[in-house]
Amino acid sequence: MCLGVPGRVLVVDGLTATVDFWGIRRQVRLDVIDQPVAPGDYILNHVGFAIRRIPAEEIGETLALYETLLAEARKDDLMAADLRAEMSATAPEGRHGVS
Amino acid sequence: MASLDLEVAAREVKFRDPNLARQLASQIARHTAEIGRSPVSVMHVCGSHEQAIAKWGLRASFPKDLNVIMGPGCPVCITDMPEVDEGVALARQGVVIATYGDMVKVPGTVLSLSDAQAEGAEIHVVYSAEQAVALARRTSKEVVFFATGFETTAVATAAVVRGPLPPNFSVLSAHKYIPPVMEIVAEMPDTRVEGFLAAGHAATITGWGVFEAFVERHRIPVVVAGFEPLDILAGLARLVELIRDRTPRVVNMFPRCVTRAGNLRAQEELWSVFRPVGGRWRGIAHVPNGNLRLREEWARVDARRRFPIDLTGLWDYAPPTLAASCICGDIMSGIASPKDCALFGRECVPDTPVGACMVSSEGTCKIWHQYGGIPDLGGTL
Repeated sequence: MCLGVPGRVLVVDGLTATVDFWGIRRQVRLDVIDQPVAPGDYILNHVGFAIRRIPAEEIGETLALYETLLAEARKDDLMAADLRAEMSATAPEGRHGVS
Repeated sequence: MASLDLEVAAREVKFRDPNLARQLASQIARHTAEIGRSPVSVMHVCGSHEQAIAKWGLRASFPKDLNVIMGPGCPVCITDMPEVDEGVALARQGVVIATYGDMVKVPGTVLSLSDAQAEGAEIHVVYSAEQAVALARRTSKEVVFFATGFETTAVATAAVVRGPLPPNFSVLSAHKYIPPVMEIVAEMPDTRVEGFLAAGHAATITGWGVFEAFVERHRIPVVVAGFEPLDILAGLARLVELIRDRTPRVVNMFPRCVTRAGNLRAQEELWSVFRPVGGRWRGIAHVPNGNLRLREEWARVDARRRFPIDLTGLWDYAPPTLAASCICGDIMSGIASPKDCALFGRECVPDTPVGACMVSSEGTCKIWHQYGGIPDLGGTL
C-alpha cells in the first residue's frame, strides 16, 4: 500500500481531479497535495488522494516500473494486486463522494 | 571500478539498466566488506520495499555478510489483537464494519472479522475511507470504518473525517506512526540494526527531516529510498557506505518525490484529526506515540467513544493453539526470518494463515511465500 499509483490529470474541478490510469478514468481528491495540479500533470494516488505531483522529467521511468507490474501475468502477484487496489480506491468518474 | 556518486546517481536512476544494477551491487558488496564485521544488519520498514526486493530477487545480489531485514513495515501485521477484537466486538453488536481487505482475515485474540462474518456480522471490504463513507450514505445502519495503515494512509482518513459525513459514520482507528517504532527497534539488543532504509512515499508526506532527531539520538544512518529495483540498490549502497564511514546522517535518495519538510498540507490534515498515543504493536512492543487516535474534537466520529465496546465477552475462549508458536513478532523485530518458523509454508499458508504476516500482501511471510526470500539466481546480477 506504500507504492501508490501514478496517473495523468485530465480535468481539475476544485478539490477533485479526473485522472487517467492507463486508459481508465477515475476521480482523485486533491485535498492533501501541496502543489498546484493542472491538466497534463502526473500525480501519485494513494487510497483515493493525490499525495505528490511527479516531475515531468521523471514520469517516463516511473511509469515503466508500474507498467512492468501491471503486465504481470500471475494473478496473485502481490505488487500488482496492491496497484489494482490503489486504482480501485479512486471514485468512478462523475460519482465522487456519493458513489 | 570507480565509485558512483550515489546522490547524483539517485537523481538519474533509471529503472531498466542492468549495468547500473551490477555496479550498485558490487558497490554494496565492497562497502560491506570494508566494514569488516559480519553480519551487518540493516532494516527497511515498508511492505512495498520487501515486495520489490523479493519480486526482483535483489537478495541474491546482496553479499552474505549483509542482512537486509524487513521490520514492522506492514500495517495490517502490527495491528494488535485487541484492536482486531474491537472491530469484531462492534461487528457482533450489529454495527456494519468497513475495512481494507487484508484486515478481514487477521486473527484477533479469538476471532477474526472473517469469523464474525461467518457468524452473520456485516463486514464490507473497501479500498478507501471515502468508499466507507459512501457505504454509510446507502444505509441507515451504523457504519464503522476500521482504519489501518501508516501515516500516508492516515492522511486520507483525516481528510475524509474533515469532510461532510453522514451521521451514521464513525472511525475505529488502528492507524500507526512509523518514526517512533524505529526508536524501539534501534534499542532492541537482539536486533542490532545498524541502518534504516526509509520508505519513499511515506517520507513524501513526513519529509526526510522527521528522521534527523532519530539519527542524532541513536547515531544510526537513515536513507530514504524509492521502490524501483535500482532505487533500492542505490539506497542500500549509500546506507552501507554511511555505516562504513561511521557518519550517521539522513540521506535522501528519492529526491524526485521527497523533500526535507515533506507535504505540509498533508501533515496539517493528519495532526488536526489524529494525535499520537502509546500502544502495543502486535508482536513488537509497547510503542510510545506509535498509535494514531482521533483527537478530542472529533469525538463524535470516534467509534471508541460512540459505542460501548465489550471485549471481555470475546476472551472466554482459549486462543487457538497454533498461534502460540507463531513468530511474526520476532520476524518483524528482525530477530528471525520466515525460514526460522516451524509453521511457515506448512500449517501457515496464505489460504489458512496462522499469523498476520501471512495474511497481508505487505507481510514478510506472505511475500516470502509468494516470491521466495533469498533466491539463488546464479549470478544473474
